[in-house]
Amino acid sequence: MKLRSLISAASVAVLLGAASSPAAHADGKTVKIGVLNDMSSVYSYLGGMGSVAAAQMAVKDFGGKVLGKPIEIVYADHQNKPDVGVAIASKWFDEDGVDAILDLPTSSVAIAVQKVAQDRGKVDIISNGGSSELTNKFCSPTGVHWTYDTYQLAHVIGGAVVKQGGKTWFFITADYAFGHQLQDDTAAVVKAAGGTVVGSVNVPLNNADFSSFLLQAQQSKAQIIGLANAGGDTVNSIKQASEFGIVQGGQRLAGLLVFIADVDALGLKTAQGLLLSESYYWDQNDQTRAFAKKFEAAYNGKVPTSGQAGVYTAVMHYLKAMQAAKSEDGAKVVAQMRAMPINDFMTRNGKLRIDGRVIRDVYLFQVKKPEESKYPYDYYKQLAMIPGDQAFRPLSESECPLVKK
Amino acid sequence: MLDWVNIAVPPAPALFGQLLIGLINGSFYAMLSLGLAVIFGLLNIINFSHGALYMLGAFGMALERLLIRHVYKLDHLYGLLLTFGMALIIEGLFRQQYGSAGQPYSIPEALSGGQNLGFMFLPNYRAWVIVASAIFCFGTWFIIERTRLGAYLRAATENPALVQAFGINVPRMITLTYGFGVGLAALAGVMAAPIYQVSPLMGSNLIIVVFAVVVIGGMGSILGAIISGFALGVIEGLTKVFYPEASSTAIFVIMVIVLLVKPAGLFGRGV
Repeated sequence: MKLRSLISAASVAVLLGAASSPAAHADGKTVKIGVLNDMSSVYSYLGGMGSVAAAQMAVKDFGGKVLGKPIEIVYADHQNKPDVGVAIASKWFDEDGVDAILDLPTSSVAIAVQKVAQDRGKVDIISNGGSSELTNKFCSPTGVHWTYDTYQLAHVIGGAVVKQGGKTWFFITADYAFGHQLQDDTAAVVKAAGGTVVGSVNVPLNNADFSSFLLQAQQSKAQIIGLANAGGDTVNSIKQASEFGIVQGGQRLAGLLVFIADVDALGLKTAQGLLLSESYYWDQNDQTRAFAKKFEAAYNGKVPTSGQAGVYTAVMHYLKAMQAAKSEDGAKVVAQMRAMPINDFMTRNGKLRIDGRVIRDVYLFQVKKPEESKYPYDYYKQLAMIPGDQAFRPLSESECPLVKK
Repeated sequence: MLDWVNIAVPPAPALFGQLLIGLINGSFYAMLSLGLAVIFGLLNIINFSHGALYMLGAFGMALERLLIRHVYKLDHLYGLLLTFGMALIIEGLFRQQYGSAGQPYSIPEALSGGQNLGFMFLPNYRAWVIVASAIFCFGTWFIIERTRLGAYLRAATENPALVQAFGINVPRMITLTYGFGVGLAALAGVMAAPIYQVSPLMGSNLIIVVFAVVVIGGMGSILGAIISGFALGVIEGLTKVFYPEASSTAIFVIMVIVLLVKPAGLFGRGV
């Protein structure tokens, strides 16, 4: 009796957890942009509803209309599951008349959805997703990788850490497409600089307790513990590493993907000294600060992550290109996006390459010490600016079939 | 997929460390599943909002008075749906207020630092968690199984009308029981705060695992919840060494096996 109830309970829970997307109508009278990301779990605070708010801000700033049609934002939660993401994307494109899907954190989902978009000639623009394979093996003529990728993180952070003398590495890796790619890209940088990888451990996504893995990392005696994970997983691993005295023991942590929201969750006391690479930090200049202020007003006083800033700028560039191309056709709009230089508060003379990679300057930051922080969210100091053509994978190394050699 | 071939047996000291960590996680499982077992064993409510209350604290008694008491006599499913709905609402409110990124929460000064045990560095705070959890678990078991108050409680579950006839205020006792059960969840939440991320979703990440622990121990069995909580923490810890990719599923595999062999759970009193 009790057992039967529990089994029915489990099925109810599964049903209730299933995806629901907002109602929409395919009428061709509106231009529709779908924001598809994690709204409830480990990555939701990096993009989530904040990305929806950013997209809505962009539509408003653009004037609300393109080619004489009103612009509508729809959104859904892909729950970090490729099958859920594919189902939502297919429905959006096939039934609801969505023109482009944005954000797409969780590389496994991004890769699957990019294929769905490619098959239909529709546009996908990835902001919070990271795997560099999205513009390499899995590149798409209508797919755009906007904000960052694992190749850039590996080269900027991995390169900086190796230069500081970190020669032996142990990786704690999120066990899916993104984590593996980030580990592979970083390991390549480490090895090219004469370093060695002494071990790694694959951890299931959204893991609460890292102590067991940290202990393995500790016993490996590696100088550097590379965290090839993101979001809540990175926060938990850094927090618990401080508890187990990893840094006092002489080892160093390299968080390969750290966002400002992660630093906020960690607190400066724990996060101080971390290196990170981003294409946007709110306190760089008047333009970045103006955007942050506007975003904070629109979204519960939260500072925008680079992923959310990326959604705003991507929507802007997409709409400008649509206006200029005078067409809603995915291939034509993306061709126009390539033709136009990208200039906005986070991009100076950026360009969209044939493989879908956006090239712009990126930055190497270090998290401030608590006593260096003077006002709310005063978290980063800039160590270096890395020109776009050095930060991202050169086309000469590309396996993307769209690249002619 | 065939990573099994790469498995190397770690040296003994490494294994001790992992066992200890398993015990720490087991402490949390034991405390959470204990609360669930108390509520299910004595009130027959499958408390799906347990995870949310782990986040929220002992605000649960008000919910019992307002909502949950209306479903005691109905099928378990009603209680389950009600509490699951409550969990979603509570989490939603907190997410709206604080965002899902979570907030930093540091270890109390007196318990920071740690001991070098030779084979591993044991943070003081985690050692404290094991001790505290063991004390609470034993105390709960003792009260319910060995004291007069516990006897009243168990009697009230069997036959509320008769117990009430003896002049005992059964509804109040049941409210207090629910309060005590979710109090255990809240306590586990507070103890977990400095270790894990404090976030509105911290409970839902754990609740499914904890339910599996309760099912393995036997729904409603106090002792079963405690023992299987600690044991599964250790088993999960070992999985993290030998085959980390499976660490999030190991507990459910065990649950399936236990249910096939002993459908009432290891310490259950019959289906």
